[in-house]
Amino acid sequence: MRIRSISSAVVLGVTLASLLVGACGTKKPPVARPLPPPPPVTTPPAPPAPPSTGPIREAPVVPAPAVVEDPMATRSIDDLNRDSPMRVVFFDYDSAELSAEARAVLDANAATLKKYASWAITIEGHCDERGTAEYNLSLGERRAVAAQSYLVSLGIPASRLRTVSYGKEFPFDPGHDDAAWAKNRRAHFVITAK
Amino acid sequence: MRQHTSLFVAGAAIWSAVAIVASPGNGGGPGSPQAQQQAEVILSISGEPGARPRYAVPDFIVRTSDAETVAAAKLMGAVLWDDLEFEREFYMVPRDTYRTIPAAKSFSEIAFDRWRELGADGLLIGSVERTAPGTFRVEVRLFDVRTRRSVMAKEYTGTATNPRLYAHTASDDIHLQQRALRGAARSRLTFSSDRDGERVSNSIQPRDVKEIYISDYDGANQRRVTVTRKLNIMPRWSPDARAIAYTSYRRDFPDIYVSLIYQGTLENPTGGQGQNWLPAWSPDGTRLCFTSTRDGNSELYVMNRDGSNVTRLTTNPAIDTTPTWSPSGTQIAFTSDRNGSPQIYIIDADGLNLRKITSESWCDRPTWSPAPFNEIAYASRTGPGYDIRIFDLATGERRQLTSGEGSNESPAYAPNGRHLAFMSTRAGRKQIFVMGRDGQGVRQITTVGNNYTPDWSR
Repeated sequence: MRIRSISSAVVLGVTLASLLVGACGTKKPPVARPLPPPPPVTTPPAPPAPPSTGPIREAPVVPAPAVVEDPMATRSIDDLNRDSPMRVVFFDYDSAELSAEARAVLDANAATLKKYASWAITIEGHCDERGTAEYNLSLGERRAVAAQSYLVSLGIPASRLRTVSYGKEFPFDPGHDDAAWAKNRRAHFVITAK
Repeated sequence: MRQHTSLFVAGAAIWSAVAIVASPGNGGGPGSPQAQQQAEVILSISGEPGARPRYAVPDFIVRTSDAETVAAAKLMGAVLWDDLEFEREFYMVPRDTYRTIPAAKSFSEIAFDRWRELGADGLLIGSVERTAPGTFRVEVRLFDVRTRRSVMAKEYTGTATNPRLYAHTASDDIHLQQRALRGAARSRLTFSSDRDGERVSNSIQPRDVKEIYISDYDGANQRRVTVTRKLNIMPRWSPDARAIAYTSYRRDFPDIYVSLIYQGTLENPTGGQGQNWLPAWSPDGTRLCFTSTRDGNSELYVMNRDGSNVTRLTTNPAIDTTPTWSPSGTQIAFTSDRNGSPQIYIIDADGLNLRKITSESWCDRPTWSPAPFNEIAYASRTGPGYDIRIFDLATGERRQLTSGEGSNESPAYAPNGRHLAFMSTRAGRKQIFVMGRDGQGVRQITTVGNNYTPDWSR
């Protein structure tokens, strides 16, 4: 574990360094320096179109690592949820029907859940502010269950998928227009265990 | 879980004491209704024909000159005036119109001529005395300005911690004696609020917590009941006003909790059996009807208060939610979308005899009135937002109480059925308001943060 993270740090460091060199190369135009005149050009002529102000290309210093590390594996649950690979599913007004678009998102989420077979998820059902607070608790639950049922139909065990409704209590967008409402009618996926 | 105890001492602080009716005779005790009615005919103060009696309430007489008594005497007069104004049984003469009338020094030195000149029919004179540190003795007398006789005299002793409660008690006594009316002055509200600006403790997304609050019926003494840093919503007073049932996400899913606010203890009758929300007390306080998805869909269930004997009330693939009991406990009204959009239905408490009472755009939060009114208030979508409507069960007629001022939702009846609390966005953020059952006399109760889903104690 430790060795792995050190080696990835080295790779990162080198990559950063080369990026830095590149960045310097692009930023600063070539400056005439008091140096002896350059030796005669012996290399074949470069393509004429771009003037040769670009960075100097170097061969990679280290070979590409043999093992590709999955960043998901080392991230904490909080970090995963902060920038979640589980995408949000949206719904129509007073509806828990899954549109083709919603099903496509759930297909992708199912693939993620199959890849990370240890993850457990809470599916949160949310509503926009136009419904009443009381009824929306049930509507949000219905949305969460719709998403859950579809994931189960794709082979994700129900035991990994909790549902909870927050009604309209936790809007994602605090606005009061169609755009905000569309964002708030959603099933939101929270990773609770990995 | 023992977090609430010390806050609520004031609630039971007044030991209502002697009731002396000065003249004429001493009828109107808690005896037979006939005797009481007869006494009221004799003692009742009337106004001009066809008009409400005009009442005046000056500052109370200060019997002990300490600052606490002086402040209480002023406050009690103002609060009593407000309490009487609230029920609209009397025309309350504005207090600033009688600043020039010399204050009474005692019950025997009253400038009746001046009060008559002002047009007052009834005059309420009170006095406050600090009998020991932290203890008040309060006397309240109602005078008929024409006859200059006292028609009601009450004496109260108790702690000095909540002077408003003396005024509320006197107001309820006056309404009972003069109007045979159960006043609402000592009733209380409960609601959910995000005013603390705290965020849910274990969420990546910034989410505001909501905690359960209580207040006097007039918005005074607002106090927090829950301290969870979670979502706590839709509180409901038990019929004895000693407990509040509510929906809490304290374990990150909705479940029903009952907070015994004077004992500082918490019960969880549903105990995480599925997900449960929106508890509603039966009128006798022995049972709760609630929404649960324990069988896979939002259905109504009834359980004993301790969580035992759970029975399922509805069986329908649609949403069934937001229950409210009839005053007799034999019927339950609720919200269902079984015919499309959410509408109000009534079902017998044994699950039979279902009927639909609304066919509107979107209806929710039915609230059955207390007797003698036989009606159901609910929120009805009338545009971008909602308005409060009332369905009269006897006539089948409906009327609308609010109109176009923001969105108006979550109605809850006062214990006497003459007022409703509700949530409105008319002042910007979500706030609790109260109004008469005719939609008049709107008063704003909360001002800080957002406040939702009120309930009014029985």
